[in-house]
Amino acid sequence: MLSEEERREIQAEIPHYEQKRACCIEAMKIVQQHRGWVSDESIQDIAEVLEMTPDELDGVATFYNLIFRRPVGKHVILVCDSVSCWIVGYDHIRDHLTTRLGIHFGETSADGRFTLLPIACLGTCDHAPALMVDEDLYRDLDPEKVDEILAKYQ
Amino acid sequence: MERPLTQNIRPGEEPLDLKEYERAGGYQAVRRALRNMTPQMITQAVKDSNLRGRGGAGFPAGLKWSFVPMGDDAPHPKYMIANTDEMEPGTFKDRLLVEGDPHQLIEGVIISSYAIQANVAYIFVRWAYKLAAKRLNQAISEAYENHYLGKNILGSGYSLELYLHVSAGRYMCGEETGMLNALEGRRAIPRAKPPHPTTIGLWGKPTVVNNVETLCSVPHIVNKGVEWFKSLSHTQEGGTKIYGVSGKVKRPGAWELPMGTTIRELLEEHAGGMRDGVQFRGVLPGGASTDFLVEEHLDVPMDFDSVQKAGSRMGTGTMIVLDDQTCPVGMVQNLEYFFARESCGWCTPCRDGLPWTAQMLQAIEEGQGQSRDLERLAAHTKLLGPGHTFCALAPGAMEPLQSALKYFRQDFERHIHEKRCPWR
Repeated sequence: MLSEEERREIQAEIPHYEQKRACCIEAMKIVQQHRGWVSDESIQDIAEVLEMTPDELDGVATFYNLIFRRPVGKHVILVCDSVSCWIVGYDHIRDHLTTRLGIHFGETSADGRFTLLPIACLGTCDHAPALMVDEDLYRDLDPEKVDEILAKYQ
Repeated sequence: MERPLTQNIRPGEEPLDLKEYERAGGYQAVRRALRNMTPQMITQAVKDSNLRGRGGAGFPAGLKWSFVPMGDDAPHPKYMIANTDEMEPGTFKDRLLVEGDPHQLIEGVIISSYAIQANVAYIFVRWAYKLAAKRLNQAISEAYENHYLGKNILGSGYSLELYLHVSAGRYMCGEETGMLNALEGRRAIPRAKPPHPTTIGLWGKPTVVNNVETLCSVPHIVNKGVEWFKSLSHTQEGGTKIYGVSGKVKRPGAWELPMGTTIRELLEEHAGGMRDGVQFRGVLPGGASTDFLVEEHLDVPMDFDSVQKAGSRMGTGTMIVLDDQTCPVGMVQNLEYFFARESCGWCTPCRDGLPWTAQMLQAIEEGQGQSRDLERLAAHTKLLGPGHTFCALAPGAMEPLQSALKYFRQDFERHIHEKRCPWR
């Protein structure tokens, strides 16, 4: 069931669009903000509020890579793997992260702290390589800096 | 040298709030437009200024606006969308504008919306631009409080609602019809054109989608006029341009410069030249989906027509430099992997052709390539090229590949003959 707060936040977004269903990406982001991911049950609940069928909504959910349809760790690391970062050392950043966390892309660390995902160009190419943890952007990375960043997220 | 787009931007500091922006001359263009100019006058000025779309395609902005049905019989409401989905790899110019001076974008949106008589506008921001979204939200509320947005703006009788939409990812959202689908709460697949969004767009109503940098130029044209705007440029295409350089140069960055600044000046003066010990080999002049240019092209002025004549596209104007210690095959593999992952899957050449392309490049890079692979790759650049796909994603993906096969063919051949990557 959606919480009162989730419902309220979704209702506030609906008038920004011509049709209710147009608000569905916003609605899924709201639920994900509260729960970390969007479960099958949430898909049903959101679909009901927006007068859509669950399969219709799931078709939208699965298109967008930042709507998580599976549980993620407490923090999500998004590593830019696009060209400018690749040229100046993305490989080292990726290898350092996979070794330190003992996981590959798409996996969550055993302690549930981090999920590691690749992401397309973060638009900060003059400070490559770059990554985001949750909503925070980190730039000009090297392996030591990555260690400092990881230590900040418990 | 005048730098209208970045004049208020103070790197590392908070952007101007509404009062500070007004003191710097901000929102004067909105007043002038709403009080003294008809929508047609604004569209004509933008046409005459030769402002070409800064999102990559370079379509003349005023011409695009002139396709929108006007008058009392026109469908209602009409929509204006500010494309802030900057996801072209190697591109970081709109981030600078939106984080650095959000009110400038809002002012551009208001005037442009008025020019096509749109009463609803969206700023479509990619998920990753958290700071930009936060600053836009703040600036939009200030603009509402001060009657630059909402009903009857400054008593002019013109009304505009402006909403921020923060996306949930995918490169396809930046394609203008994909963006319409995303705003309607659908998968961001492209729509058939014609009809163009200017007649049948968001929810079937006339809609203009413009890039951030394009919209930010509009208030300055209104304030200072067409001749002034044209005089900012070194070439026929009006205005300044935010150029950027990334890769192994001494000072990667973005700078506002006269339209038509040469590649050499950007690389050598502004980016400080190559890092010590590395040599220049080539450059993607305007993002991942543009053809490589090489040494012989360094004196090409960066504007849409000149770069096209040189065999590439200016695209977003933010260039990515290839150096002699970076493997060109590996670089193209990285690019094709990106395009394969971001393909929306709507049409077969793109959905199936891009993964094949990426896999062939990976095989070559890992020393498992065969000599026939180069012909196969060349064939793909045609099969996935213009005219065979639903939108410009796959043809864009083929641009760096076809030019790499042309300029760096020996490097591909070495991988195949030596059965390894010579750079590893």
